[in-house]
Amino acid sequence: MTPSPSLFAPLLLASLAIFAWGCWKRLSLLSLGRPEERFNNIGTRIGEMLRYAFGQKRVIAKPFGFNHFIIFWSFLILMVANTEFILNGLFPHTIKLIRLPFELYVPLAFMIDIASLLALTAVTIAAVRRLFAPPYPEARTPEAFFILGLIATLMLASFGLNATELADYMLKSGADPISFIAAARKIMPISATIAGLLPPLQLETIHVTAWWAHAVALLAFICYLPNSKHMHILTAIPNCFLHRLEKPNTQPREDFTVGNTFGVGQVDSYSWKDLLDSFTCTECGRCQNVCPASITGKPLNPRAVIHDIKVNLLENGAELKNGKHSHKPLIGDGGEGSVSEESIWSCTTCGACMEACPVFIEHMPKIIQLRRHLVETEAKFPEELLNLFENMEGRSNPWGIAPSERTKWCSQLDVKPFDSETTEYLFYVGCAGSFDSRNKHVSVAMAQLLDKSGITWGILGKDEKCCGDSVRRLGNEYVFDKMAKENVATFIERGVKKVVTQCPHCFTTLKNDYRQYGLELEVIHHSELLRNLVEDGRLVLDKTTQEMGTTVFHDSCYLGRHNDVYAAPRAVIEAATGQAPLEMERNTNNAFCCGAGGGRMWMEEHVGERINLTRVNEAMEQSPDTICVACPYCMTMFEDGLKDVKADNVKVRDVAEVMAEALLR
Amino acid sequence: MLIVVCIKQVPDTTQVKIDPVTNTLVRDGIPFIVNPYDTHALEEALRLKDLFGCKVAAISMGPPNAEGTLKKALALGVDFAILLSDRVFGGADTLATSNVLAAAIAKLHAEVDTVGLVLCGKQTIDGDTAQVGPGIASRLNYSQLTLVDKIVNLDLQAKKIRVSRKLEGRHEIVESPLPAMLTVVRELNRPRYPKVQMRLVAADAVVEVWNNKTLQLDEQKIGLKGSPTWVSKIFSPERDKGEIIGDGYADPEGTAALLIDKLMAKDMLPL
Ligand SMILES: Cc1cc2nc3c(=O)[nH]c(=O)nc-3n(C[C@H](O)[C@H](O)[C@H](O)COP(=O)(O)OP(=O)(O)OC[C@H]3O[C@@H](n4cnc5c(N)ncnc54)[C@H](O)[C@@H]3O)c2cc1C
Ligand code: SF4
Ligand code: SF4
Ligand code: SF4
Repeated sequence: MTPSPSLFAPLLLASLAIFAWGCWKRLSLLSLGRPEERFNNIGTRIGEMLRYAFGQKRVIAKPFGFNHFIIFWSFLILMVANTEFILNGLFPHTIKLIRLPFELYVPLAFMIDIASLLALTAVTIAAVRRLFAPPYPEARTPEAFFILGLIATLMLASFGLNATELADYMLKSGADPISFIAAARKIMPISATIAGLLPPLQLETIHVTAWWAHAVALLAFICYLPNSKHMHILTAIPNCFLHRLEKPNTQPREDFTVGNTFGVGQVDSYSWKDLLDSFTCTECGRCQNVCPASITGKPLNPRAVIHDIKVNLLENGAELKNGKHSHKPLIGDGGEGSVSEESIWSCTTCGACMEACPVFIEHMPKIIQLRRHLVETEAKFPEELLNLFENMEGRSNPWGIAPSERTKWCSQLDVKPFDSETTEYLFYVGCAGSFDSRNKHVSVAMAQLLDKSGITWGILGKDEKCCGDSVRRLGNEYVFDKMAKENVATFIERGVKKVVTQCPHCFTTLKNDYRQYGLELEVIHHSELLRNLVEDGRLVLDKTTQEMGTTVFHDSCYLGRHNDVYAAPRAVIEAATGQAPLEMERNTNNAFCCGAGGGRMWMEEHVGERINLTRVNEAMEQSPDTICVACPYCMTMFEDGLKDVKADNVKVRDVAEVMAEALLR
Repeated sequence: MLIVVCIKQVPDTTQVKIDPVTNTLVRDGIPFIVNPYDTHALEEALRLKDLFGCKVAAISMGPPNAEGTLKKALALGVDFAILLSDRVFGGADTLATSNVLAAAIAKLHAEVDTVGLVLCGKQTIDGDTAQVGPGIASRLNYSQLTLVDKIVNLDLQAKKIRVSRKLEGRHEIVESPLPAMLTVVRELNRPRYPKVQMRLVAADAVVEVWNNKTLQLDEQKIGLKGSPTWVSKIFSPERDKGEIIGDGYADPEGTAALLIDKLMAKDMLPL
């Protein structure tokens, strides 16, 4: 009772051809991308793949993730059943699972039956969710329902197939229906139950209908897969294998040689892995749901950026393969397939998108590549940045203050210059700590605490320059490169080994970015050093401070998400106040940016709600007396935001100030 | 048509101090920048180049290290950059400076292309005299349009230019025939930012140097010998004590209004 192979075989061949062509069409485009090394540390990579692709670790971290886990694993199990189906369709009387040894067949058949039920339930849940509470409004596409419908059809048809086959066997063998079904239920509980309900005379019709329904759905799925977002079924596993093993908190260096291109202005300037990312996006929307820019109504949507890269690549692929220029601009009006300048400048580089993405798509570096193109190749950027760029290049600080004023903050203190012979730590004060009138208090508090702890430390004084964080994140790699080279030379010349910074931006730049220049420093954020000093007993707290009242802590993106420092600042606050700080609704690796990162500190924010206000309001839900921060930019953003909500009674304090209050006052 | 921009390398004067003993500028360790007004002159020339396709030459008189200033101009897109450098040019006052610059412009006019416009900054931030531009115009017998904040119209066919001059509390629209010398103020435009590709090319470029063998000027008219100015004393003027007006805490808006009135009365707020 199996339909004829002569009809099925050509259909199958055609589908496989469409599948192969679809895969080739897309994957061959990867060769247009620039080279990038992603095959080092194979062992670690396999581990990552098992954990994140097969273990779906990130997928299940969010609501409905478990649902996807079920679909994913059902799929893997049902691959066996589908292979059987196809082979059986080609060679009807030779290949059947039931011909396997009984000990193997029974558990396999059981698993397949259960997996089909689970998958059916999961796609139903997914469909209902998309209908009533989609992850994001645009997710309610016909495509999504089509694919869910297809999977459901496959499951229903396979129950139909198995049930009719069981019923047919029962009739032909003349077994007692009641005991047969009871026995069969132990092997295929769902199919056997259905078999017991089938009308004997229509078995043949039902079977043929189910068979063809299954065949058509399966072949449709095969054709559809490589030509849709469901390509991720093929690319997600390799993408987890290929993801950047260190955190994507830096950007690659550029080679400043005449004739090179800088940044990405045409899609083939991306690396092959960037292009693979674009095919891997599952359009789950998790990135946009955590993106501070998207949430506050800016034109940036990280999911759309990845989608636009894909569309652009598909549209321009043929030309680019022939060595021509692309006709569809990658940076443009923001229509499908191009990313608008406004959205490129909206990114705070907070990294929330990358933290949320289940398949490790690296959005932020791609956005910075677009910025590099705008700044370096086109010299096109928001007006406010002209001053910033010139101040950074000319005077090595964002405000353009005379470099001779860098040590003014410590004019009343006895601060020694760093000397590799006599001082252990370099205190890299940073621009905010040196020039910003509010943040200078943090530098002073830090200096006093360091003195009190008895460790030896010094500063570079007038030789200290800006680390270059803002210009790098803004895509001005040329200026960053000059600044980094100068600083690295100074550090080497002065014999610096250990550095403490009071700014997460200096911290990450010295620690991660300068490593690309061959400089391995032991960089520690002041919150970590203070915690260590308390733990070692070098800073002895004999009282706690009540000055701060109720505290709430805000995680800096460049301390937390980008560098995994979460516990230290909390420990400092707890040691100093005797009480752990309260947590905002979004905290630690889910924390919501203050809006200042990625050079946004120096730019106007005209569109949508202000990011710092959103965060201030979130902090205010905890009714704090003091909002604790560990970053000078966060401090500015919170103080500004508090003024706007007229919360004059709420203070903003750096963790060093909190500690100083307990220890020194 | 050729547009010549005169640019001067100046110390970053916000960081310059005067040595109270010797009465000279303390320039040690102070970085050099392009005179800020000259960046606007340069931008205007490049803007006209984009619009009309004219050629742009940047010239600067100064020591050999002023080459950096001209490389910045090359990175921004000028077609020629010429450094006027010779020991005998040294110690020049505004008269001697304008003699050298005028001679260089005349040479460009004769050898490269007809000079239609000479663009200068309104003044430098170190010498601050605002005399060099007008000096050049007099020497070359060009029309002289100072304090330009807008080129209203440039008619290359009719060889005419119409500009807006920014004067205290008012503007003046004037028209003159070409060739003309313009000195410009900052309101004229927003200078562009150099593209990396051009910076790299400029960094490798060799800036042409003209010395007095090239210009063949009478040594009595250039450098120290050609400079009748005699500096008797340089000093920082005493600053008048400021005045506290209103009460910003009690009445921020009223105080702000008071401040605006005061500034307007002193003609310090451009309208
Ligand atoms: C009181 C005084 C004392 C001085 N003492 C000395 C001294 O001891 N030694 C010494 O070397 N100099 C000295 N100078 C500097 C020298 O006289 C001037 O720098 C020079 O003549 C230019 O004048 P300026 O800077 O006032 O230019 P301004 O007339 O203010 O400049 C107007 C514009 O002219 C153009 N320009 C001016 N100079 C140049 C240039 N060199 N190259 C190209 N374009 C230019 C620019 O476009 C500029 O924006 C002194 C100046 C003054 C006023
Ligand atoms: S880095 Fe932050 S701001 Fe930028 S796209 Fe990702 S989530 Fe949005
Ligand atoms: S980029 Fe990642 S998080 Fe964003 S929609 Fe695609 S798969 Fe989801
Ligand atoms: S300023 Fe603070 S919160 Fe904002 S982006 Fe930077 S680190 Fe993140």
